[in-house]
Amino acid sequence: MNWFPPTLIAQTNEEISKIVSGMNNDTSVPAHAIERPDGTAGWYSSEYWFPEAASDFAPNVDWLYMYIFWISLVFFAAIVGAMVYFCIKYRRKDGNLDTEPSPSHNTNLEIAWSVGPSILLVVMFWYGAEGFFNMRIPRADSEEIQVTASRWNWKFTYPDGDSSSELHLVNGRPTKLVMQSTDVLHSMYIAAFRQKVDIVPGRYTYAYLTPNKEGEFRLACTEYCGQKHSKMRTMVTVHASDERRKEDTQWIEAEYPAWQNGERIYKINCSGCHNKTAEAGTGPGFGNLWGKGEESLHGGGSVKVDEQYIYDSIMEPGKHIVAGYGPVSKMNSFKGKLTQADVNQVIAFLKYLDDPESVSDKPEGEVEKEEDEKPTEAEAENTST
Amino acid sequence: MASAEIRNKIFDTPSVNYLNHQKGWKSWAFTLDHKRIGIMYLIGVTAALLLAGVFALVLRSHLFSYQGAMLSDEMYNQMFTLHGAIMVFSFIIPSVPAALGNIVLPMMLGAKDVAFPRMNLASFYLWIIGTGCLFAAILSGRGLDTGWTFYTPYSIDTSSAVIFATFGAFVLGFSSIFTGLNFLVTINTMRAPGQTWFKLPLFLWSLYATSIIQVLATPVLGITLLLLIAERTMHIGIFDPTYGGDPVLFQHFFWFYSHPAVYIMILPAMGIISELISVYSQKRIFGYSFIAFSSVAIALLGFLVWGHHMFTSGQSPVVTLIFSAITFTVAIPSAVKVFNWLATLYKGSILLNTPMCYALSFIFLFGIGGLTGLFLGTLSVDIHLHDTYFVVAHFHFVMVGGTLTAFLGGLFHWWPKIFGRMYNDLMGRVGCFLVFAGFNLTFFPQFVMGSRGMPRRYASYDPEFQIFHQWSTVGAFVLGIGIVVSFVVLAYAAFRGPRCGSNPFRAASLEWQTSSPPDFHNFIHKPIMTDPYDFDSQVYDETLDTYIPRELADPAKVPPRKTPAHH
Repeated sequence: MNWFPPTLIAQTNEEISKIVSGMNNDTSVPAHAIERPDGTAGWYSSEYWFPEAASDFAPNVDWLYMYIFWISLVFFAAIVGAMVYFCIKYRRKDGNLDTEPSPSHNTNLEIAWSVGPSILLVVMFWYGAEGFFNMRIPRADSEEIQVTASRWNWKFTYPDGDSSSELHLVNGRPTKLVMQSTDVLHSMYIAAFRQKVDIVPGRYTYAYLTPNKEGEFRLACTEYCGQKHSKMRTMVTVHASDERRKEDTQWIEAEYPAWQNGERIYKINCSGCHNKTAEAGTGPGFGNLWGKGEESLHGGGSVKVDEQYIYDSIMEPGKHIVAGYGPVSKMNSFKGKLTQADVNQVIAFLKYLDDPESVSDKPEGEVEKEEDEKPTEAEAENTST
Repeated sequence: MASAEIRNKIFDTPSVNYLNHQKGWKSWAFTLDHKRIGIMYLIGVTAALLLAGVFALVLRSHLFSYQGAMLSDEMYNQMFTLHGAIMVFSFIIPSVPAALGNIVLPMMLGAKDVAFPRMNLASFYLWIIGTGCLFAAILSGRGLDTGWTFYTPYSIDTSSAVIFATFGAFVLGFSSIFTGLNFLVTINTMRAPGQTWFKLPLFLWSLYATSIIQVLATPVLGITLLLLIAERTMHIGIFDPTYGGDPVLFQHFFWFYSHPAVYIMILPAMGIISELISVYSQKRIFGYSFIAFSSVAIALLGFLVWGHHMFTSGQSPVVTLIFSAITFTVAIPSAVKVFNWLATLYKGSILLNTPMCYALSFIFLFGIGGLTGLFLGTLSVDIHLHDTYFVVAHFHFVMVGGTLTAFLGGLFHWWPKIFGRMYNDLMGRVGCFLVFAGFNLTFFPQFVMGSRGMPRRYASYDPEFQIFHQWSTVGAFVLGIGIVVSFVVLAYAAFRGPRCGSNPFRAASLEWQTSSPPDFHNFIHKPIMTDPYDFDSQVYDETLDTYIPRELADPAKVPPRKTPAHH
């Protein structure tokens, strides 16, 4: 237990930068191992009470928590100790109701126990406010990542325009999250970073953080947002460097087959309501959708399951409502949010779900190249014959 | 003055009392008697408690497995919403003031009834209608899935029965205002001759402070809920961002009521504890005026801290700072009360019967509830803890560990007065122990989960938290059994318990100067004005079964005066 927050104890710039840039930069830990309190930490240590600390201000939060914890414990022990002691010592014996004379008030004592603890409260308030401002102050040279929260998906858009359903950060790089919601309130909570900010429709809210530990951490929605609130969780991966992030991430489209890109779009946009299996969620499951051939509709009739049907359902959800999900579609239109190319990738994913053999496993970039080359081959053949 | 005629009348248990002087359902349904209205309220809020308690057990059973054991996500969301809404609006808020307060308050003043008996009955029927609307939300088949906080824009968007439920809460608000207004006027105008403000029992000071909040804050809730209904039906564009509204505004309005409402819940509980500690220590309450004024201070400060529910909502950092600072000031009057209760125990003659056991467990549980509030008032720590199970545990320690415990303690304290029959004290203490142990087992693990990052309102969760949830679930069932045992002990006593005298606990406040159960008019004879906390210089008169001022006592029986202990 330190008597002062870590950033105050650190005397030199070097020490401060050590705290800020990463306390446990142990590279021997595999990047994808999720560390959790392993149960060996005693109740008196912050490791028992907290998930691992992976951001610059996390150690200060943990320190302040333990400061309040010890003060509370001392007061609580004193209160309960006195209560139990009095109840034993002064318990009513043989029905004797007489009490020893004792004061009925003592202004000095009462003022002392009103004012005394307030000094401790001022310390809590002060360090709490300081820590809070550290969380809310923009950092220089931040990487800006756009966060779009919608029921019940996360979408993170990076400066180069790529997006993913998981958040990928670079160790030690100050980051600014620019957050918006497309529907109701959400809240972005990364326990390992001790950071939480509500996402409010109609406003932009911002979260600032500098991760200082590699690994995978949990990101959760903590503002109740309806049916699948508890499923609105994703991962944060902190990579060693920008290069490592590029290598590790899956959002560079050219390197993956169309169906995998479709799956990525599905995770960001659709997975909140539509299951990968045939099981019904808020919307119909996608499991055997493509193989069905026909889908029966609310109010009778049916529609052929083809590319046009998928496109219409994404862009104009009210057009065909599947039987059992009526009378009104709960889905928002993706017009302006997804392109026709995106829809093609989703269709590839649907085909994959129905029959993995039916779709190409070649990365899209190569397919495009082949397609580019094909006509020339044909021309070449034509010319040869 | 303490003449023979008074002596002969007071301690007799009259064969006719408020419970049996009229019969038939109409004599209850149309009664204007505060005691009967109080009993109807008591039955109502207890039913609400048990129902919402069953919802809690369903929730806890569901969370026994990390994938969710028995409910769909939708059902889970409805279940926690109804648990919260019914507990808050139909149980905790009216529990102590409207049920216990109604019965005891006029008697503590030496009065015949409250100032406005018809309004009192109207308040009860509004409670019925409001609670009925909440039930209608369930029975309509659409349920309610907004959380008891009705946060916009989800509450505008969801297809569940928001209008039914908000209308119910709106009506319950009026019920609460009626009670508050009634109590304010009654305490101001109907105190017995000689009963100055500083001779009021502290329970009444706390009810007075509570009533101020009920009258001033509840209208804001009413307006907010009406605006929400208008937004849902007509899209007036005040909360819904698609029509230019601001969802955070709703949070401000909502907490402007609902934070003071927290004090509507806890202040009367603190008042009960002040009574119990003093009576069962047979000792003057320590620092009467500090306790009295701390109630008023809490009530007033309670209006200035609503923003601490919104530290993460995107309000400006400066405002956030101010709310945090004021929040810490509320800690002081609360701590003062605890210290004063402890000082009252010092050198007392402490009887560890059921009500006192509840009072002591109140100090234990409220101590934890209050101290964990410090974590949440501290800005940087709250950012981490906000909307996690830490918050859930904190407010349950205050509302259940505090209010429910005090409510049960108060019931056991005044039960012999209300029904004229004594309960089985051993079984009462067993119930108290089960409530205490079960409660701690339920909510203590939630502090650990919350600190480790378990968000609230989750139907399924990460497997690492499962062990804590399982402890919590086991605890909830123990707590449930404890509550049932307590109510069975009370119900059995009300019908079959042995008759008891007018003042079985040797209390000094006025409500004990009438027979148990009291007469329809409360007092057959004018009560003798006493100091409610003076167990030393006042003399206990065995025949009257009450403490009386020294100068009125039979000189032959007056014990020598103890050395005055003021300094």
